[in-house]
Amino acid sequence: MPESLTRAVRWDTVVGALLIVLLLLSFSFVDGFGNALNLSFLIGNTLPIALIALPMTLLVVSGEIDLSVASTAGLSGAVMGALWNQGMTIETIIPICLLLGVVCGLINGLLVTKLGLPSLAVTIGTLAAYRGVAQIVLGSDAVTDFPSQYLDFAAGRIGDTFIPYAFLPFLVLLAIAVVALHATPFGRSLFAIGASEEAARFAGIRVKRQKLILFTLTGLMASLTGIFWALHYASARYDNATGLELAVIAAVLLGGIDFDGGKGTLGGAIAGVFLLGALQNVMSLQDVSAQTQILVTGVLLVLSVLGPRVARQISVARAGRRAASAPVSKAPSPTS
Amino acid sequence: MTHPSTTGPAPVLALRDISKSFGAVRALRDVSLELFPGEVHALAGENGAGKSTLIKTLAGVHRPDAGQVLLDGQPVVFHGPGDARDAGIAVIYQEPTLFPDLSIAENIFMGRQPRRALGRIDHKATHAATLALMQRLGVELDPDRPARGLSIADQQIVEIAKALSFDARVLIMDEPTAALTGSEVARLFGVVRTLREQGAAVLFISHRLEEIFQICRRVTTLRDGAWISSELLDGMTEDDLVRRMVGRDLDELYPKQDVNPGEVALSVRRLTREGVFTDVSFDVRRGEIVGLAGLVGAGRTEVARAVFGIDRWDAGEVELDGRKLINGAPSTAMAAGLALVPEDRRAQGLVMDMSIERNIGLTGLRTTVKAGLMDRGAERSRSLDWVVKLQVKYARIADTVGTLSGGNQQKVVLAKWLATRPKVLIVDEPTRGIDVGTKAEVHRLLSELAADGVAVLMISSDLPEILGMADRVLVMHEGRLTAEIPRSDATEESVMAAATGRAAA
Repeated sequence: MPESLTRAVRWDTVVGALLIVLLLLSFSFVDGFGNALNLSFLIGNTLPIALIALPMTLLVVSGEIDLSVASTAGLSGAVMGALWNQGMTIETIIPICLLLGVVCGLINGLLVTKLGLPSLAVTIGTLAAYRGVAQIVLGSDAVTDFPSQYLDFAAGRIGDTFIPYAFLPFLVLLAIAVVALHATPFGRSLFAIGASEEAARFAGIRVKRQKLILFTLTGLMASLTGIFWALHYASARYDNATGLELAVIAAVLLGGIDFDGGKGTLGGAIAGVFLLGALQNVMSLQDVSAQTQILVTGVLLVLSVLGPRVARQISVARAGRRAASAPVSKAPSPTS
Repeated sequence: MTHPSTTGPAPVLALRDISKSFGAVRALRDVSLELFPGEVHALAGENGAGKSTLIKTLAGVHRPDAGQVLLDGQPVVFHGPGDARDAGIAVIYQEPTLFPDLSIAENIFMGRQPRRALGRIDHKATHAATLALMQRLGVELDPDRPARGLSIADQQIVEIAKALSFDARVLIMDEPTAALTGSEVARLFGVVRTLREQGAAVLFISHRLEEIFQICRRVTTLRDGAWISSELLDGMTEDDLVRRMVGRDLDELYPKQDVNPGEVALSVRRLTREGVFTDVSFDVRRGEIVGLAGLVGAGRTEVARAVFGIDRWDAGEVELDGRKLINGAPSTAMAAGLALVPEDRRAQGLVMDMSIERNIGLTGLRTTVKAGLMDRGAERSRSLDWVVKLQVKYARIADTVGTLSGGNQQKVVLAKWLATRPKVLIVDEPTRGIDVGTKAEVHRLLSELAADGVAVLMISSDLPEILGMADRVLVMHEGRLTAEIPRSDATEESVMAAATGRAAA
């Protein structure tokens, strides 16, 4: 039985195909792309975006957004640096930073769910606030002297392969996120909340609780990313990861997650992340100027919002021809 | 009732042998229709009979594949809704679309306000013109009032006034009464009669047959896209009309079985939500259908929402099978065996973009689970089971519910909740806006559920439905329970008296 989903043009498949095409072209035509070292750089540099994209995808599917993730990451790095300077061991510092991320996410979540504020506004506020705290904590210092085994893990790769060590734990997290979103009742409820919060509430779904969980998880993942960032680049500064939230959101939208909530797949989002990452890598190898790189990213962001809509319209037009067989009477439909 | 004898002259608008297909589906086949000035004409048919397509053809939204549209006897082709409007054809939809933050006058003259020097809007002239329109309709509405907060009935009046301001000669009213109370319907009909006397042709669509007989002179019936008949309503009975619509004799519309109510399943004690409803107490027993009647705004829906946990209550308590429900927690109410089929199926009952299967699955997120993961096989068979039991007409279980007709959507909402095997079922306007055949099916279903021992609380603004289905009728007026009437004593008069506050509590 051909399901409507497989008949439709699925944007996440399109993005996956684009990623493969880009990789094939780059292997063939871009000097220096295919060697293991470059590929490990590509993956390593993309990991921060990919890590935050996991909870961000769930958040956007449920109709919310978190713009404060990069600031939370920066704050985690800053606190990590400050505590390290105090002489604390890294094994104590990391749990503290993760807990801090949980608190940051919880604050966002409580402001959104308890006060009913729009997450866009709340997290623009905490974007500034968390970064401000980071600057207070660390000032303009840069902490670089973290234990070498941690730096090696965050920056190194497995032998001579293209796989960074950190890629393996990421794959585990990815698998968890895919299952959570696409195979659990929790994930199912997120799609319902994103598509129609009211209908979800009337179906007995605990909308506020689910959102609070999501914001908290997002804070946790953002702080994990902040720790990884500081170790990967061997530098904890208050302005670490500045602007990362835009890259994450661009990638997630590019991957076909509907900004209005309720639609998308995690596979698409991650394909979007690595498509952007690969593109940036190629442009750097080709000595494309930074300005042009930003321009390309911006154009992609616009396309990413446009693309899925066009794809959906095509599939709706196809479905419409079938749906006419169940003629809908009395439809003062708000669309059309 | 007197009718002006104006059927002598030519029809102002006529459809002749109109056909329209969407892909392989023929939505209209050789349909003809004549609308005369000074006449209210009913368009009858079940959901999916082609009424919508016909209206959209008249309104210039669809272009017919074959056949002619005649305006004053001359063939015309509408290239869009604007053409139809310029030709004097206006459509009033069930749910009006006004700009909430603009005034009534601004809504009516949106984009074409009278101007003063330098292109400034002449508010005085706009105000005066609106007042004149309201007078013509015999309605008192302040032109400067913002549209926000107007009742649906008032919004429709504004839409009608807007249509008049375009010099509309043909008014198409698509289920205008679906969301109106009795008195609002009476006022709307007053307006329609005024328009009729001023020579307008009105095409009136309603699922409430008594309204068709009340206001219309002739009726055209469609079935499965085909024209069945156009005839005078004089001398016809409701059964005649239903037979033409359904194509067979209909099962009884109110198949209520006699029951012996069991023990109390739902007990509501002194429930109060400040400013909304006060001191509401009642019981619903197993096997019983309790009707909750009252005017729109009396607080019936609000009580149901609070009982289910969508809104919090300020005082009182709710017990289900002797166990107290937690204030403001739908998930625990569900787990205790309570189900609520809400009033607004498009916004509250269903996730329109989700498939039939998953919509029904939403109430099974706790039960169709294996080792913490969704059991998709169990989810599908649970959905299929209920879709089949309720005879939902659909193409694929994975199609979005938005592709279904209104009646079938309502069946999916019912399926979604019956799948939870509730002990207490609250249904809020269970048959609003659905066709008479489906309505009879829903009633039979409710009756069977009660016979199986489910306690049913049925909120309805449809008095015949309340009288036909309820073992007991509770009536609310201005946030308070004003009467409890046993089935034997319940009449339109006794219920309406309590609903309007004329009866002693």
